[in-house]
Amino acid sequence: MNFPSKLIEDAVHEISLLPGIGKKTALRLVLHLLKQSENHTENLTHALNKLRKEIRYCEQCHHISETQICQICTGVKRDKSIICVVEDIPDVMAIENTGQYSGLYHVLGGILSPIHGIGPEQLKIDSLEKRILETNADQKVREVILALPSTMEGDTTAFYITRKLKPLNIKLSTIARGIPIGGELEFTDEVTLGRSILTRVNYSLD
Amino acid sequence: MYLKNILLNQFKNHAKVQFDFSPEINCFLGINGSGKTNLLDAIHYLCLTKSAFNAQDSQNIQHEGSFFSIKGEFERNDKTMAVHCVLEEGKKKQLSLNGKAYERMSDHIGLIPVVLIAPDDTTLIRDGSEERRKFFDSMLCQLDKKYLQQLIQYQHALKQRNALIKAFNEQAYFDKLQIEPYDRQLVKLAKEIFKARDAFNESFEPKLQEHYGTISGDRERVKIHYESDCRDEGFEAIFLNNHKKDILLKRTGLGIHKDDYRFEIDGHPIKKFGSQGQQKSFVIALKLAQFQSFLDNKKEKPILLLDDVFDKLDDLRISKLMGLVAKGDFGQIFMTDARPERSKNILDDIPADKSFFEIQPTLILD
Repeated sequence: MNFPSKLIEDAVHEISLLPGIGKKTALRLVLHLLKQSENHTENLTHALNKLRKEIRYCEQCHHISETQICQICTGVKRDKSIICVVEDIPDVMAIENTGQYSGLYHVLGGILSPIHGIGPEQLKIDSLEKRILETNADQKVREVILALPSTMEGDTTAFYITRKLKPLNIKLSTIARGIPIGGELEFTDEVTLGRSILTRVNYSLD
Repeated sequence: MYLKNILLNQFKNHAKVQFDFSPEINCFLGINGSGKTNLLDAIHYLCLTKSAFNAQDSQNIQHEGSFFSIKGEFERNDKTMAVHCVLEEGKKKQLSLNGKAYERMSDHIGLIPVVLIAPDDTTLIRDGSEERRKFFDSMLCQLDKKYLQQLIQYQHALKQRNALIKAFNEQAYFDKLQIEPYDRQLVKLAKEIFKARDAFNESFEPKLQEHYGTISGDRERVKIHYESDCRDEGFEAIFLNNHKKDILLKRTGLGIHKDDYRFEIDGHPIKKFGSQGQQKSFVIALKLAQFQSFLDNKKEKPILLLDDVFDKLDDLRISKLMGLVAKGDFGQIFMTDARPERSKNILDDIPADKSFFEIQPTLILD
């Protein structure tokens, strides 16, 4: 693509590096910014700079935080005896939005994948172990829930963590997998359906 | 089931061509380089989502083209299945059935069985074990969805394990805990895949023997020995004991990715002791047994692609093969020949509906 000015070209290049944005969309955004007042662009760059400089991660669970320890970890209504292990930040947000969970989180920052050079050292697995060991007697961790993706890498990571935490003698669980609510059996893929038959649960009248 | 028509766009040497086919015999005629085999390959794409000759999809786009498109309509029990395969340069290959795009290519495999006979191609005998595994895997995958999924999972786990082993080697350390999940998955899948391959070979071998007899007119005894590390009762223990060696060699040395099929004729390896004629007969018998397996399992005749058989086979084998065609053992057939007169002569006696297509680069004159 040819650009009338180097300034536009540079801006388009930077924006098109973002995920899901191609050169054409980037150009549209750049031209849009030029049509707006200068203030608008300044606010945007200011917000991005501030984000970059001031963003912090919770020292305990590695979720995004504005403070040393995040709001979830310090929340008074939170059940500190349960930790839910997730791959990344969006997963915390997804589970929070369900409104069904009031325990704590632990963000691994990825999952094991030797092809991509990601081993246990690249993830916050040691810090999870330490976290469980270091908790005081009155808020001892009773259970760790593994909420990892249903892929080979997710399973491998879950297996690794399970092995690692086994000596600590706490309850380890993994989220259930099966047919989505409102889903029809006939349209469910065979693997999921097969697995939900194998891991069926007792019917409850409550 | 048969292929009613096909429309190609910028596929290999064909800029734009369209054909309506006979449900029985179709013959592509034309000089060398006119693109006869490419037409067979296009049909192969519609059935198996990929080329039979070139694993690199993008190399099948016409020179200086930016995409290829293959559209074909199959007829099965009065129902039409429109299959459309498109590859745009730099994008992912797209395959759709009746206008609905597949999420996974593997979902299409097995829907339209196809058998390709290219008699010149004795690589199945001569080349390494990978070719033979591919041949049997392709059949098993078309017949058994579960097998296909297991094989995909196995290959994925193997890739991860090999990457880990390589890292262990290069960084000179070892962590049993890290390799254990891959070991477990691979061992479990290897056992299942072995069982499926072994059972399949049991049913395949008699079919091969029968067809070898028909094609060669000989009475030699042919056999397939399926060899696998998994045949050993103690495979799991041996596999788990092999870490040191694996790390040294930077790859997984044991497992079903090392399996081989040894072809024998009267107790001797056909690779070393089979004559050229015996090797050709063997390859054709393999393909006819493949045809038979599909027919037995799916109760439907696969589409048969015959590439240049009249040129590459001697008269005896041609007449044996055509005997089967005349008997109506096959369903729809597509064949290629550089010499129109020869094909017309050979096919003259066969009571079937025949269509001949003169292929000229980018131009057709029926």
